[in-house]
Amino acid sequence: MSRKSRGFNRVLMALIFLFLYAPIFVLIVFSFNDSSSRTVWQGFTLRWYEELVRDRAITSALWTTLLVSLLATVIATAAGTMAAVGLFHMKKRWRRPLMTVNSIPMTNADIVTGVSLCLLFVAFFAGWADFARWINAVQGLVRLPVRLHMGFGTLLIAHITFNIPYVILNVSPKLRQMDKNLVDAAQDLGCTWLQAFRKVVLPEIKPGIVSGALIAFTMSVDDFVISYFTAGSGTSTLAMVVYGMTKRRISPKINAVSTLLFITVLALLVVVNVREARQEQLADQRKL
Amino acid sequence: MKNKRALFAVPYVGWMALFVVAPIVMVVLYAFTAASGGFTLENFARIGGYAVVFTRSFQLALIATVICLLIGYPVAYMISREGPRFQRVAMMLVMLPMWMNFLLRTYSWMSILENTGLLNRFFSAIGLFSLINRLFGVQLEYFPMINTQGAVVLGMVYNYLPFMILPIYSVIEKLDSSLLEAARDLGANSLGVFRKVILPLSLPGVLSGVTMVFVPSVSTFAISKLLGGSNELLLGDLIEQYFVGTSYNPYLGSAVALVMMVIVVVCMAVMNRFGEGEEQAVML
Repeated sequence: MSRKSRGFNRVLMALIFLFLYAPIFVLIVFSFNDSSSRTVWQGFTLRWYEELVRDRAITSALWTTLLVSLLATVIATAAGTMAAVGLFHMKKRWRRPLMTVNSIPMTNADIVTGVSLCLLFVAFFAGWADFARWINAVQGLVRLPVRLHMGFGTLLIAHITFNIPYVILNVSPKLRQMDKNLVDAAQDLGCTWLQAFRKVVLPEIKPGIVSGALIAFTMSVDDFVISYFTAGSGTSTLAMVVYGMTKRRISPKINAVSTLLFITVLALLVVVNVREARQEQLADQRKL
Repeated sequence: MKNKRALFAVPYVGWMALFVVAPIVMVVLYAFTAASGGFTLENFARIGGYAVVFTRSFQLALIATVICLLIGYPVAYMISREGPRFQRVAMMLVMLPMWMNFLLRTYSWMSILENTGLLNRFFSAIGLFSLINRLFGVQLEYFPMINTQGAVVLGMVYNYLPFMILPIYSVIEKLDSSLLEAARDLGANSLGVFRKVILPLSLPGVLSGVTMVFVPSVSTFAISKLLGGSNELLLGDLIEQYFVGTSYNPYLGSAVALVMMVIVVVCMAVMNRFGEGEEQAVML
């Protein structure tokens, strides 16, 4: 490629990144604005960051978001990896339709996923109420709660459900790329299948597990639509607080909390990338 | 022995049956149920009144998808031509905005696009409006940008562009470079290499990119509310209204969701027909 066209390409790319980051930049700048205006700069302040700590609605939403994302990621990663191993050993005749079902939460519109789960939970709670009333009537030992509500539990179920497919999608190719003789060799050398799995298969598919978990966590943190329909009225994620505020007016405190989140992620990504780059450099040097 | 290991998938199959298949069955059931209970087709008859919303949603989503493709493909291609370190940083930068909640980023566009927003202030500061007013003899004080269909499309493009870039990039990046060399050895110029080798081979990435942009665009409800004002109702807004809004009617809402789902599935099936013979669409 000529130098001129490469320069032209870089300018184009810079413009696209400007487009992607302009609103984020605006958001961060106005988190330091000494006024609640979104468009007029009134001077620098850290007021919003101080008020943020005292705002119960925002801190509890942040906590809910992080907790549900973390739990959903851990559970979905474990379940998804296990499922990927199972699917890998399955006959094609069975695997094909299951993989199609697996892709439903990823390709279906978020709003349909959210709404359909919401219908399921509501119907289940109605059925449960009848069941609990009946149980409570026929015996006096245990009293089952009659009225169940959507809340953290349903939110977590929803997040796990839309996260598992991403994990499977990332782990399955690694399983397929793996040299099957490795497991046989380990077993010939006296490993049980479980040991072979832990010592041979797991390290081989680890990159897939890690990237699957990373995507799952990203999806969880970024999700608004599915949470909105499955969290009920008592539980709120950060996105839901923001959505509630857009109906009136968004407080710059929200800018402050997202700035903090953004900086944290940026720092983490930089650390990970620098470490990877360094390891690659070391590996290259060793080769020489 | 082989079958025994397949049992690892059993809990997952159960989970999916319960939380993926059953909910969709519920939507279908509700769509055919009257508010008083009992089978009905009335919900679908009432959808006819929302034909405008359907066409508007599909139109805007289509425009957003085409724009994303026109921007996303060249960007993915350009990134894949760069060195490994540049590629890694660039892909990180593409993913990073997803970490700031999309509602906030969309909200931020409001401050930029408003009538008294940053962009109009900027234009006014550089004297663009007085220039236009002097040239054309009009009384222009701002460009009306917010609460238009254009703003909604911009919001869609902005939010879903990474979903177009990622799959296309991951396909192009894995292309076998010996294929490109072979094409060049056989006399193709760079345009020929691109048209005959790179483009057809990257089609699976394009297909999944198009799906990943079109589906969320057609069903969005927050973007249209923030950037489109109240008069640009989309399908997502309609469904939200029936499930949490003031006009609670999950039966009608399910019917709208079902029809939308069916249209999308048909669109995707037709599109995948075009890409037949290629590998199944790959994601990420």
